[in-house]
Amino acid sequence: MTAPTGRPPMTGADPAEPGTGADPSVTVARSGSSEAAPETAATDPAAATGTTDTAAAPTATAAARPGRKAGLTAVIGHRLFWPGVVLALLLLANVLFTPGFLSIQMKDGHLYGSLVDIARFGAPLILVAVGMTLVIATGGIDLSVGSVVAISGALSCLWISGLGDQQDVGGVLVAVGLALGLSLVLGLWNGFLVAGFGIQPIIATLILMVAGRGLAQLITDGQIITINSSPYKLIGGGYWLTLPFGIIVVAAVLAITAFLTRRLALGLLIESVGGNATASRLAGIRSRGLIITVYAFCALCAGIAGLMISSNVSSADGNNAGLWIELDAILAVVIGGTSLVGGRFSLGGTVLGALVIQTLTTTIYSVGIPPETTLLFKALVVTVVCLLQSPAFREKVFHRRGRRPGASPTSADPKVKVPA
Amino acid sequence: MSSDVATSGPSGSSGSSGSSGPKGSATGRPSRAAVLRGRERYIPVMATGALLLAMFVVGGMRYEAFASGQIVLNVFIDNAFLLVVAIGMTFVILTGGIDLSVGSVVALSTMISASLVTGQGWPPLVVIPLVLLIGAALGFAMGSIIHYFDIQPFIVTLAGMFLARGLCYTIGTDSIPITDETYTAIAQTRIDLSAEMFISPSVLIALAVVVVATYVLHYTRLGRNVYAVGGNEQSAMLMGLPVARTKIAVYTISGFCSALGGVLLSFYMLSGYGLHAVGMELDAIAAVVIGGTLLTGGSGYVLGTVLGVLVLGLIQTIISFEGTLSSWWTKIFIGMLLFVFILLQRLITARRS
Repeated sequence: MTAPTGRPPMTGADPAEPGTGADPSVTVARSGSSEAAPETAATDPAAATGTTDTAAAPTATAAARPGRKAGLTAVIGHRLFWPGVVLALLLLANVLFTPGFLSIQMKDGHLYGSLVDIARFGAPLILVAVGMTLVIATGGIDLSVGSVVAISGALSCLWISGLGDQQDVGGVLVAVGLALGLSLVLGLWNGFLVAGFGIQPIIATLILMVAGRGLAQLITDGQIITINSSPYKLIGGGYWLTLPFGIIVVAAVLAITAFLTRRLALGLLIESVGGNATASRLAGIRSRGLIITVYAFCALCAGIAGLMISSNVSSADGNNAGLWIELDAILAVVIGGTSLVGGRFSLGGTVLGALVIQTLTTTIYSVGIPPETTLLFKALVVTVVCLLQSPAFREKVFHRRGRRPGASPTSADPKVKVPA
Repeated sequence: MSSDVATSGPSGSSGSSGSSGPKGSATGRPSRAAVLRGRERYIPVMATGALLLAMFVVGGMRYEAFASGQIVLNVFIDNAFLLVVAIGMTFVILTGGIDLSVGSVVALSTMISASLVTGQGWPPLVVIPLVLLIGAALGFAMGSIIHYFDIQPFIVTLAGMFLARGLCYTIGTDSIPITDETYTAIAQTRIDLSAEMFISPSVLIALAVVVVATYVLHYTRLGRNVYAVGGNEQSAMLMGLPVARTKIAVYTISGFCSALGGVLLSFYMLSGYGLHAVGMELDAIAAVVIGGTLLTGGSGYVLGTVLGVLVLGLIQTIISFEGTLSSWWTKIFIGMLLFVFILLQRLITARRS
C-alpha cells in the first residue's frame, strides 16, 4: 500500500480534515519524497515528523487492511515487527549457543525451562512496564516506580518479620495489603501532583524517585530485612497450577488491563487525554481523574512487582531493590512501539519489549558473555530499535520505506485535532 | 493556516507537534516561558539563595564551628565535580531537553583516565584532553541523534547512559587507583585564601566553568539561541535560528562538562571505577531544578544551579554535623526540597498565566 498508486488527493496533514482517520479509502497520506521538499526535511525534521504524525491516522487505518502485494510492506511497517525480529534473533542466538534452549520440561508437577525462566524473571519488569505504558499513554512518565518497588518490598518484609509466626497466611495477607495500599497512596500522590498541581510528570515523579529511596531505607532502617515465610515466598518464587505464580499474576493483571482498556472505553479516554489534554477536556472527558487513576495503577503494578522481587529473594533491600527498573520499564514501553509523546499505547508491544530486555539479559548469561557488558548490549538494542522506529530515521535511511511511522496507532486513533 | 495542535505531550521537548501551528496549549509551555519576565523571573533564584542563607544561619546556631568560611569552601571542594556536571545539565535543560548520561560519562572519564594513566603509563597532559574529547564526542553523537532522527532526549541519553556504564565495565570491573604524580599533586594542593581557609584547584576549575557558562549564556549568540530554542523550538526555527546547531551544541557542552566533572572526580577520588557517580544525573537535575531552572526550558540561570549545588552540599554537611541522622535522610530532604521548589515554580508561573 505504500506503492505509488494509492496517493490520495488530500494529505493527512490537512487540518481541515480531522475525519480522515475514519476514512478507509485513504491509503497513503504522506508520500515522502515528492510532497515534502527534501530541504525542509533535512533542516526541519521536527516539523516533518509533525506532519507525519498527523498523517499517521489514515495510514494506520490502511495498515489494518494490507493491499494485494503490499502485505510484506504492511508486516514490515507494523509497529511490532522490529521488536519481534529482535526477540526472534535473540532466541535464535540462544538456540545456537545452547542446544535444548527451547525445551520445556515437567518436573515434580512444575514447568521448567529457559523460556519459563525468562517469563518468570521478567514478570516484575512486565508488570511495571504495563503500568508505565498507561502513564506514558497519557503523555506522562513515572520515574518513581523503582522506589515504589523498594518501598513495597520493604514494608511487607518489615511487617512479616514482626509477625510471631511467619508462616501465618493471614499475617502475610495483611503485609501484602499494607504494601499495596501504600503503593496506591504513593501513586495517588504522583497523580495528584501531575493532575492537581499541573507539575510536569517527569519532575513530579522525580520527587518520589529521590525521596522514595530514602523512605525505603528508612523503613528497613538501612538494613536488609530477611524473612522466612513460605506463604510470602509463593508470590515471587512459588508455583501454582504447574506455572510459576509470578507468571499467573502477570497474566491476570494483563488480562484485566487489556479488558479495561480495550474492551471498555477507558483505553480510548486515556489515549485522548495523552493526545491532547485540553481538547479531551473540552470534549467532556474528566482528564484529571483519569490521570490520577493511571498513576495510581502504575504504582500499584510497581507495588506488586516489589512484592515479587522481595519474595523471590525472601528479603528487602531498600537501597538496591528495583534499582533502575524505571529505566528498563520505559525502555520496554518504547521498544514496544508506544511513543513517549503519549496519545497511543500498545500493551502487547510493551510485553514484547519487556521480554526482549529479559531475553537479552538471559542470553548474555547463557552465551557466556561477561555480564558486565550487558549494558553495552542494552545500549545497542535501544539505539537500534529506537532508530528503526524513528520516522525521521526511516525517512533518511530507507527513503521510500520510511513513510509509516513506527509508533503508529494501535486499534483506533484517538488523536484529537481541534482548531486552536 | 494549519493551526491545529495534533500532539503535544508534556514532555514534548523535541517537538513532534503538529504542523507549524503554535505549540501545545495543553502544556502552556510557550506561555509559561514567556510570562517569566520582569523581576519575578528572579524569584526562584532568590528563593534558593534565601534558603541557602537560612540553612547556613540555622546550622551556625545549632552547631559549633559550623559558621566558618571553611565550611562553605568545603562544600565547594566536595561538590566541584557536581557543580561542573550540573552546569552542563543547565544548558541541556534550558533547551527543554534532558541528559541522563552525565553520571555514566563521569564514571567513564575516571575509568579511562585511570586505565590510561596507571595501566598504560600515558602522561596526564595527553589523557585529560583525550577524556574531554571523548565526553564531548559522546554528547555530540547523542545530540545529533536527538535532533536529526527526532528521538526523545530521554531515550537517547538513556542509551548513552547504558553505553558509557557498559564501556566502564568492559575496561574493568574493579576500582583502578591512580598513583600518577601529577594527579596526586593536584589532589593534595591546597590553595590558601587566608590563614584558616583554603580551596582546591578543582574549585578554581569549577568556578572558571561557572564564569564561562554565564558568559556564554548571556553574552553570546549561542546563549540567546539556547534560551530561544527552550522557549519555543518552532518559533526559534521560524525565526531562522540555527536550531540544529544549538541543540547539538548543548548536548556536546553537557558531554564535555561531564567529562570535565569526571576529571575533577578522578582528582578527588584518585581512582577510576565503573560505580563512581551512580545516580549523579539525579543530583545534577535536582540541583538545576532547585536552582530555579524550568524543566520545560527557556528560563533559568547558571547562578541558580550554583546555588542549587550548594544547597545539596549544605544538606549533606548539616546531616553529617547532626550525627544522629542516617544518610538516607539526605534523600528524603532533597525530595522534600524538590517538592517545595517545584511547587513554588508552579505557583509563580500559574499566577500569571
